Amino acid sequence: MVSEKLIVTNKMGFHMRPANVFVSAMTKYNSEVFIEFNGKEINGKSIMNIMAACIKCGSEIEIRCVGEDEADALKEAVELVNSGLGD
Amino acid sequence: MIYQGIAGADGIGIGRVLVLKESSLDYSHVQFSGADEEKKRLQDAIAAFCVKTEALREKVQKDVGEKQAEILSGQIMMIQDPFMASQMQDFIDNGQCAEAALDAVCNMYIEMFSSVEDDLTNQRATDIRDLRTRLLKILLGEEDIDLRTVEPGTVLVAADFTPSMTAGIQKENIAGIVTQTGSKTSHSAILARALEIPAVMSVENACANLKNGETVIVDGGRGEVIAKAEPGVLEAYRAKQANELHEKQALRALVGKRTETFDGKVLAVYSNIGKPADAGAVLENDGEGVGLFRTEFLFMDRNACPTEEEQFAAYKQVAEKMQGKEVIIRTLDVGGDKEIAYLHMEKEENPFLGHRAIRYCLDTPEIFETQLRALLRASAYGKIKIMLPLVTTVSEVRRAKEILERLKAQLKQENIPFDENIPVGVMIETPSAAVIADLLAKEADFFSIGTNDLTQYTMAVDRGNSKVAPLYSPLNPSVLRLIRSTIAAANNAGISVGMCGEAASDPMMIPLLIAFGLAEFSVTPSAVLKTRKAISLWTVPEAQALTETVMQASDAESVKTILEEHLKK
Repeated sequence: MVSEKLIVTNKMGFHMRPANVFVSAMTKYNSEVFIEFNGKEINGKSIMNIMAACIKCGSEIEIRCVGEDEADALKEAVELVNSGLGD
Repeated sequence: MIYQGIAGADGIGIGRVLVLKESSLDYSHVQFSGADEEKKRLQDAIAAFCVKTEALREKVQKDVGEKQAEILSGQIMMIQDPFMASQMQDFIDNGQCAEAALDAVCNMYIEMFSSVEDDLTNQRATDIRDLRTRLLKILLGEEDIDLRTVEPGTVLVAADFTPSMTAGIQKENIAGIVTQTGSKTSHSAILARALEIPAVMSVENACANLKNGETVIVDGGRGEVIAKAEPGVLEAYRAKQANELHEKQALRALVGKRTETFDGKVLAVYSNIGKPADAGAVLENDGEGVGLFRTEFLFMDRNACPTEEEQFAAYKQVAEKMQGKEVIIRTLDVGGDKEIAYLHMEKEENPFLGHRAIRYCLDTPEIFETQLRALLRASAYGKIKIMLPLVTTVSEVRRAKEILERLKAQLKQENIPFDENIPVGVMIETPSAAVIADLLAKEADFFSIGTNDLTQYTMAVDRGNSKVAPLYSPLNPSVLRLIRSTIAAANNAGISVGMCGEAASDPMMIPLLIAFGLAEFSVTPSAVLKTRKAISLWTVPEAQALTETVMQASDAESVKTILEEHLKK
């Protein structure tokens, strides 16, 4: 398992479009992807659960990836969040 | 077999029934047919949903814009969520049918999304509701009927028609309209009159009693629907239909004539319209202006507000079409029974007493200012007047005018032409506005009396509720008094006053309105000539004498009796 803590910086947080960008990217990995936020573990491949978590700009999250391609998955996840999720 | 209802729109229509069933989305009858089969049904329904939604998305992207189309692609993303799919499969594995699994999982998410204190997230709950409804319809085999594609000679039957349902109606294909609820003033009836489609409202159990494909006669004048008519009866009605057509043609002789009373007092008959294309019908029927352009329809059947450019184009089109005749445009009147999904207005306990019309607009500057800017810009191309709906206080008018002044300054700076003296008027449709009409007259450039809402609010009666509907009549002395004092206040202040409610075309109201001193009668385009004719039958002294008697009557019934007696003569 690999993980990294980071701060969400895009203005909209994880709303429909940003969440869509994130999920679309993560779906191609075999690893499981989790986002830890506010003490809850959220399935990082589920747009519904990500949106329902209401992760706003400035929130601290931890992304965890578990599986054969976990390193690649985490790398892309972190890059995406840091680049503002296409916002 | 004669079914009695309420007269909605005059005329005889003969055609074949098409019942539009309100889908109950009830799946209690669905039997569980094995986990594999249910999963397959769900999968197929989701696939069908995605194809349909994608087609809609492409259309929206072309017609509306990228941002709105994304809401639909978002719905596709949501339903394809693998985690959500596995949750639904769990329900199916526990012996639930596809419908129940979908409903349960969607409800769970709706609750999650609504419980967060964040507007955008709450809005997604609306998406899930929409998605659930559409998927359940697919699963239950309830297809949406597209009113644009019904066959000619169709009599539409429904519990009631919502504004978005009727937006696609092609009037040449509809022989008649029948509803189970509603009254002469419900949306369906108003629409039917505007389109000149015979309509009968409030026919009990119409959806069950009238059968798809059977031929019926819709007698809009009498408020009757006749099924399984004898050949002789059908023949008689065809003759009556031909006769009506003949009378209509006789009224054509009044085209191009002045609207005046028998003794020569010149008045005017304007028209109410709902969309730019209706301006054609106004001119065709010789309307002398547009007394009410309802702008809600520009906001309906889409996924986001029309832009300033779109609104400007619509207002400009009407202004130009009317060739210098007055066009009174009412600012957005949402809330009440007029819901627009994408505005995500809060559900209210009492929508008619709630956050609607001018109240909503003053609190939602991005929508109000866009509309006012579009109206100002369009005012360079014709004679536009702005009308504010549901005013109850003077400060609402002042605030709206302040915003307007600010926008005028903006436009001046941008060198965009507009009418610097664009009149701003008030729709008098609440008892409060009518009672303070003298105060409002100091701020407003004109009044227009909206009798439908004024009657509803004065009598405290829901016009759609058949149990109390008999109370709903502008002939009640309370309503007549408010109308009289409002007209007097306008005339004393020297501002113009019109009436854009249903009462303006009611032959019983016309002598009263002449006597009160009303100048403009704004009616549905098809009633312009009839109203001109009705006005021409009265002299002012005669109308005044009758009105004096009427105003002493103690209730609507006696008012009606006096007027009916007199009209018979």
